[in-house]
Amino acid sequence: MAAAAEKTADIAQLKEQARRLRVKIVKMLAESGSGHTGGSLSAADMVTALYFYKMRHRADDPKWPERDRFILSKGHAAPVLYAALALAGYIDRSLLGNLRKIGCPLQGHPSSKQLEGVEVSTGSLGQGLSIANGIALGLRLDRTPARVYCLMGDGETQEGQIWEAAMSAGHYRLDNLCALVDLNSLQIDGRCEDVMRIDPVAAKWQAFGWHTIEIDGHDMQEIVAALDAAEAYQGKPTVILARTIKGKGVSIFEDKVEFHGVTPNKDELAIALQELGE
Amino acid sequence: MGSREEAKPQTTTDFCGQHVATRDAYGATLAELGAENEKIVVLDADLSGSTKTAKFAKLFPERFFNMGIAEQDMVGTAAGLSLTGKIPFASTFAVFETGRAWEQIRQTICYSHLNVKLCASHSGLTVGEDGASHQALEDIALMRVLPGMTVIVPSDGYETRQVVQAAAAFDGPVYVRLGRAKVPACLPQEYRFQIGKGYAFNIGKDVNIIAIGIMLPMALKAKEMLAADGIDAGVINMASVKPLDKELVLKAAQASKFIVTCEEHSVLSGLGSAVAEYLSETCPVLIKKIGVQDTFGCSGPADELLKLFGLTPEAIVETVKAGAAQK
Ligand SMILES: Cc1ncc(C[n+]2csc(CCOP(=O)(O)OP(=O)(O)O)c2C)c(N)n1
Ligand SMILES: [Mg+2]
Repeated sequence: MAAAAEKTADIAQLKEQARRLRVKIVKMLAESGSGHTGGSLSAADMVTALYFYKMRHRADDPKWPERDRFILSKGHAAPVLYAALALAGYIDRSLLGNLRKIGCPLQGHPSSKQLEGVEVSTGSLGQGLSIANGIALGLRLDRTPARVYCLMGDGETQEGQIWEAAMSAGHYRLDNLCALVDLNSLQIDGRCEDVMRIDPVAAKWQAFGWHTIEIDGHDMQEIVAALDAAEAYQGKPTVILARTIKGKGVSIFEDKVEFHGVTPNKDELAIALQELGE
Repeated sequence: MGSREEAKPQTTTDFCGQHVATRDAYGATLAELGAENEKIVVLDADLSGSTKTAKFAKLFPERFFNMGIAEQDMVGTAAGLSLTGKIPFASTFAVFETGRAWEQIRQTICYSHLNVKLCASHSGLTVGEDGASHQALEDIALMRVLPGMTVIVPSDGYETRQVVQAAAAFDGPVYVRLGRAKVPACLPQEYRFQIGKGYAFNIGKDVNIIAIGIMLPMALKAKEMLAADGIDAGVINMASVKPLDKELVLKAAQASKFIVTCEEHSVLSGLGSAVAEYLSETCPVLIKKIGVQDTFGCSGPADELLKLFGLTPEAIVETVKAGAAQK
């Protein structure tokens, strides 16, 4: 715990890191011609705060037993994880250009057997929170101070298993667990409220025994404060409910349902890089 | 951990020669392993009394997690525990473990090749009175098809103990199929279970019967009945359904040119299919599959159900004779 408390967040630097993450995301997606743009960009600020502020981890020792764990339950947002792993020094940056290509460890959805730094394979929505619970229980048994972070999509929380896991984390009072929900209001077939309403979100998690924090998922100061508050909170798991914009950072992708699983073409990439200040 | 002092090493028997249910041998062995190895953790989904994990739960409460009636979450949580170096054993009834949580087993456990042991009880018809909803007849099929999964079907208490020990020592996902009913002991004292190895009681000239689970003692009985009619039958225990002991299967097929497989499972995609898949490419001989014929089970006393569905020594004898005439 001490290590985290000593750290103070350099918000400007984190914002710059998030910008770099977004640049890597749009570039790798444009190059690959296949992958998920919107949900990678909406999560970029949270993932930046985790990898470059909150989590204790070692790129040169990915299996360090005391590392904090990150589970990308919404596995289709793999590009945001790959960008973070590249910038943090886990993987060779040149790999990013081969995303989704035969033989490349950067699979369409994260594969732990193929890529160091990925804790567990994901891609089938709804499964990550149970895994995170298991890790949290195991760390607690070992009296290891490490923490577990699990990022879910809002559409993903329509899966029944999420609520089984929410119940378990509440029951076992997993305060070494922090879940984050990327509330970008969109899924594949449209707006969550039209496809399958998930509101009221905070009340649901509270009813399952969670401490909830509601934030703007693009305000770095708020993200950092929420992660610190989650770590300080005892007796219950915390869920950070982050209001976000799908495709955040590039105007032509923002809040566009069609940019869920579509990659930028040449012109769109040019616009994106310009808007991202590259 | 305090538990270490409190929990006296279990003085269980090795179950050799004992008439017990495989689930009972599982529960006892798990408790025994728990005392030896702190990495062992156990999960259940509100059936710990039936799966016999309750024994472990009582001895090591801090290493036992009841996940409620939520099999998908149980399997995922077991996966997470394995990621911290624990050796999780997750138990419930076979139909729920392999059916309800199949995709979690595929995506999370097998794709990441995690060290999770899925030990399911109440497999097959011998569930009895609870009927078709609770009688898993497809679980071997569901588990066998998953890349990297090991599938083991022990036949008596003595073998179960060894299987559970081997599963704990093995690094990777393992499915162990256990039963509710008491079963006769049939493996000899010198028997040593090994993943990937079958065990030939003998190799027959006329037919070789490859059996698993409760069908093994029946196969041994059928062998004696056949001997009285001058038919030389061999009997092979193939507890390791996956990986299959191909060498032994081939040897048996070459010796008799006729194989009969026996399982308390659907004849589709179980042991019989595993044997047929292999032999069709290496040594195509006549194969007859004894099992449940693509249908659901039903309620009734276990022994009567076995007769009703043709899982008896007499049915094996009849099948061997029909095959011999066809050969
Ligand atoms: C179990 C499962 N069902 C369906 C899919 C296909 N799928 C991929 S992404 C997605 C929508 C996800 O929406 P959300 O969780 O809101 O993610 P985000 O908006 O952050 O991209 C769907 C249905 C899947 N990957 N897994
Ligand atoms: Mg969404």
